[in-house]
Amino acid sequence: MAFMTDRKRAIGWGSAKSGTEHHWHMILSSVALLILIPLFVFTFGPMLGEPHEEVVAYFSRPFPAIVAGLTLVVGFMHFKNGVQVMIDDYVEGLAREIAIIAMTCVSYAAAAIGVFALARLAL
Amino acid sequence: MADVNRGNRPLSPHLQIYRPQITSASSIFTRITGNGLLVGSLLIVWWFLAAAISPEAFAVADGVITSWFGDVVMTLSLLALWYHTLAGVRHLVWDAGYGLELATAEKLGWGCIGGSVVLTILTLFLI
Repeated sequence: MAFMTDRKRAIGWGSAKSGTEHHWHMILSSVALLILIPLFVFTFGPMLGEPHEEVVAYFSRPFPAIVAGLTLVVGFMHFKNGVQVMIDDYVEGLAREIAIIAMTCVSYAAAAIGVFALARLAL
Repeated sequence: MADVNRGNRPLSPHLQIYRPQITSASSIFTRITGNGLLVGSLLIVWWFLAAAISPEAFAVADGVITSWFGDVVMTLSLLALWYHTLAGVRHLVWDAGYGLELATAEKLGWGCIGGSVVLTILTLFLI
């Protein structure tokens, strides 16, 4: 057993067999967001309520644009996996599958719209 | 064999049995804040898209997000964001195997609640 690790013992168990990977993705994205969220709050926050030209000029700069893009993409992927846990807990049968598909589509769409908007602001 | 007695098995005691505790309440708040953040996030995505499209579209989105309704949503989102962040740190600490003693776990729960209120007020002052 000397070569056995905790993770190795957990992989492949549970009804879906993919819970270990799901949990690891939540940890990974949460650590990334721990860095991104404060940066996003203090770059995006001051721009709320500013005039349009100011907002366009600010998000044309590399740092605020990259922080916003990463926060939206990593944030919505973290949401996609997190909301699935809630749906798994409270919704059953076909409604569960429909809810997971719908929220996954919303997550990817919102991330894509955010990246498109930032690209268009920056270029 | 797997389908024997499906749906008629004894259940373990659930929420309605237990007295409310800070450990369970702070866990439930984590779920509520995490999923509730979708509302504020979609508003922000709309705001970015409107800014990229035209000044007229931006005026509409910015008008909504800076209205009293928008202020309420964004302030609650900020509180939810800091709470979920602190609860996430607590989760990482627990996952690493630390802070699981009952007294410590309860302190961490109050820390998440108090800390998120303090961080929200600080952020509103700084921005």
